[in-house]
Amino acid sequence: MGIRFVLMVNKQGQTRLAQYYEYLTLEERRTLEGEIVRKCLARNEQQCSFVEHRTYKIVYRRYASLFFLVGVDNEENELAILEFIHLLVETMDRHFGNVCELDIMFHLEKAHFMLEEMVMNGCVVETSKANILAPIQLMDKTS
Amino acid sequence: MNPFSSGTRLRDMIRAIRACKTAAEERAVVRKECASIRAAVSDNDNDYRHRNLAKLMFIHMLGYPTHFGQMECLKLIAAPGFPEKRIGYLGLMLLLDERQEVLMLVTNSLKQDLNHTNQYIVGLALCALGNICSAEMARDLAPEVERLLQFRDPNIRKKAALCSIRIIKKVPDLAENFVNPVVSLLKEKHHGVLLTGIQLCTDLCNHSEEALEYFRKKCMEGLVKVLKDVVNSPYAPEYDISGIADPFLHIRLLRLLRVLGHGDADASDSMSDILAQVATKTESNKNAGNAILYECVETIMSIEDVSGLRVLAINILGRFLSNRDNNIRYVALNMLMKAVSVDDQAVQRHRTTILECVKDSDASIRKRALELVYLLVNESNVKALTKELIDYLQVSDQDFKGDLTAKICTIVEKLSPDKIWYIDQMLKVLSEAGNHVKDEVWHALIVVITNASNLHGYTVRSLYKAIQKSADQEILVRVAIWCIGEYGDMLVNNIGMLNLEDPITVTENDAVDVVEIAIKRHTSDLTTRAMCLIALLKLSSRFPSCSQRIKDIVTQSKGSLLLELQQRSIEIDSIIVKHQNIRSALVERMPVLDEATFSGRKAGSILSAAVSASLSSTNGAATSTAAPLVDLLDLGADESAAAAPTSGANFLQDLLDVGTSSYSSQSGTSQAQKSGNDVLLDLLSIGSPPPQNTSSAPDILSLTEDNKTLVSPLDGLSLATGPSVQASSTAMIDLLDGFGPSPPPTKDNGPAYPPIVAFESSSLRLMFNFSKQPGSPQATQMEANFTNKSSDVYTNFIFQAAVPKFLQLHLEPASSNTLPGNGNGSITQKLRVTNSQHGKKSIVMRIRISYKLNNEDVLEEGQISNFPRDL
Repeated sequence: MGIRFVLMVNKQGQTRLAQYYEYLTLEERRTLEGEIVRKCLARNEQQCSFVEHRTYKIVYRRYASLFFLVGVDNEENELAILEFIHLLVETMDRHFGNVCELDIMFHLEKAHFMLEEMVMNGCVVETSKANILAPIQLMDKTS
Repeated sequence: MNPFSSGTRLRDMIRAIRACKTAAEERAVVRKECASIRAAVSDNDNDYRHRNLAKLMFIHMLGYPTHFGQMECLKLIAAPGFPEKRIGYLGLMLLLDERQEVLMLVTNSLKQDLNHTNQYIVGLALCALGNICSAEMARDLAPEVERLLQFRDPNIRKKAALCSIRIIKKVPDLAENFVNPVVSLLKEKHHGVLLTGIQLCTDLCNHSEEALEYFRKKCMEGLVKVLKDVVNSPYAPEYDISGIADPFLHIRLLRLLRVLGHGDADASDSMSDILAQVATKTESNKNAGNAILYECVETIMSIEDVSGLRVLAINILGRFLSNRDNNIRYVALNMLMKAVSVDDQAVQRHRTTILECVKDSDASIRKRALELVYLLVNESNVKALTKELIDYLQVSDQDFKGDLTAKICTIVEKLSPDKIWYIDQMLKVLSEAGNHVKDEVWHALIVVITNASNLHGYTVRSLYKAIQKSADQEILVRVAIWCIGEYGDMLVNNIGMLNLEDPITVTENDAVDVVEIAIKRHTSDLTTRAMCLIALLKLSSRFPSCSQRIKDIVTQSKGSLLLELQQRSIEIDSIIVKHQNIRSALVERMPVLDEATFSGRKAGSILSAAVSASLSSTNGAATSTAAPLVDLLDLGADESAAAAPTSGANFLQDLLDVGTSSYSSQSGTSQAQKSGNDVLLDLLSIGSPPPQNTSSAPDILSLTEDNKTLVSPLDGLSLATGPSVQASSTAMIDLLDGFGPSPPPTKDNGPAYPPIVAFESSSLRLMFNFSKQPGSPQATQMEANFTNKSSDVYTNFIFQAAVPKFLQLHLEPASSNTLPGNGNGSITQKLRVTNSQHGKKSIVMRIRISYKLNNEDVLEEGQISNFPRDL
């Protein structure tokens, strides 16, 4: 319900982060990612950020070299999801400081932790950056 | 030391993978890593476990199978330290899913962690549970989660709330337990908890009616107050997004209000103030503001109508529509589609803007706008809108043309005010995008044309002009050829001129030219050429002076490699040459196709049997596809389901002389013969008169119409045994010369088979006699013999049979449908079965017998499986 999956894909089409909130086999995931990424990468700046694919909508936005794609149900508010994507980027930015694609790649588990704090079972849980980053900062301090 | 030992850190592995230039290299690297990880797993290595798991997760993300890592997750979860648990749970959520049985093993660890003293660990466990639990786990751990809903730490509370949502989804019975705690959750200050509490509330409301009522009563004022607070709250740096405090909370609250207010007037009243405030006060120059406005508009649309709010909402949408940002426009179009059902007038005002959007450069917006236009069209604006759409059709992209054409055709069909306009628009569409037009559409066009008898002349002249200009559109060519064939004389003699037409001079040769060009063009497909041949036949009768020329054209197709064309051309040639006396009778004007019949057929109604009787008699025999008895067909049911809609197409095919393989492979050849033969048979009244439609046992699986008037020479023309064309034509010519049934050739029986008692009940016995022709081992002729064992008379006796897909069945009419009692007489019925799996599978058949006994209907059913094995 709500959010079905969150993907971060670079301009060459390589997946940098993938979090699914519904069950799909490995094969299905690969085909899905291939199709969606091709559709989104082919669009230019002027076109709108919402793509319809099968039974759900993809909301995407490009930040530098990375595409953030969120797959949602048809009833979801797309503009709110755009805001959510922006919030995610800002949170990561606050933690990593000037986040870039390599940061996400090399600290994949931290990116996952952040996403986990924000979204659970397809719903947005927490929108305050301080609250999201608190456990992660705690963990960094102890380890 | 092996550089890929489990000592590799995650980042080194990532570097190594990034350094690979080809996919094969990457696979090799990953394979090595997996091997070393597997070795570490079997060694039960403690130190590097979490590192290995992180590597595994990366590999999983790339798309490689990683199930050997699942037990590792479990071990990590059981470890005492926080980082290990963290990675363990992360791995759990990524690598596993709720369908794996391994998940059950985690339940115990989860339970312990849920009771842990460290709140972060509790949070972890809740997270994992919320994302991935299965029904059994939910049942086990639900009490824990309930308890945690009241925990002191707000973070835990919010996670517990979301976890509950999943539990409710998995185990709906537990929903009642959560209703009470939710009320206290909704009074929270902490935004996170509030957010999730609202989410839980929404889910509960969607889940059950009582919960909805309960929340409506108790929480309405509370929620409205919360929303007011949020809207009016001062600047809060924590939750501020571009000037608005926590838009996510706004949106969630609005959504909950929508659910609560839907269908309930009181609730809608209490929220109308705050909705108006949100709608007017929110700034719309930032995306966050727009998001809130969008949600607000959606809520206003779904709740009960409060004066003024709806107008406000549609105004906001209008503003959105003229925004330059594509996203906003898309969203506005989406909303307007829902608004149309509510308030059509208001949306009509924005019609021009929407029309502009149809021509936008963005594909998503175009699609949405087109659908919206389709919803907006009604009788008053149909002409203007259609004109716009057709103009746009000329410049649109290829992939969009298909959609656009389909929509235009539907609009025109449903709402055309008069026939001449309809024909005009369809002609334009066909000239522009004929190739995208579906078959039902041009069939419908032809039906309309035949019905508009005063417009025949006009139609055929317009088509003639159109085909001169755009002869590359296949469907246009087909329609034009058909009309020229039918109404060629009107074309040449300028009959039936309307005031708005200019006279054109078309000679007979010109008309024949058009058809000749069509048949010779290499892009024409089978259907078009077949239609050309028939049109030529019609023209040869209407324009006797061109007969010789037409004959030459037809002769050229005699050697065609396509069976259909060869056969038609030979038949037509022989008619032209030898049978001039019957030619004009053959190709008289087509009967008017009953539009009501046609639309009923098109809707796929299987009750067409009754309707077929209303068809004019020249096509009497054609259409007793009579109720293909779908209910009997549990064997091969999808055949008949395919048969039902195509039966509508079949019916029209016959009349359009288009009965080719394009429709279904099975019926290909038989349809072809039928369309050639039908007309002949009916007009020649060969053999026994066409049987009464209702009483004859209909054919089921094989899509061939049962040609009840089949005389044996034509028997040879049936499906399975592919005759040579020469044989068929000689058979037909014999038929025509003879003008009467020739005696059936004696069938010498092949190997003899003993008769069987196929079905026996207390009142009826059915016996089968078999015979086979020596040349065709797959086909069996059977004779069914019914005897009545009771002393009453059975009337309206009907026998029906169904066979599985590998068999084909032909039923001939029964000898009578009254069965006298006490075995004083019997009914016989001939069947023919063709077994495509002859030798491998034996025949099985399901039968149904219905009759009237003392004015009561009786139905008997049975299955016959005692056919001789090698039949």
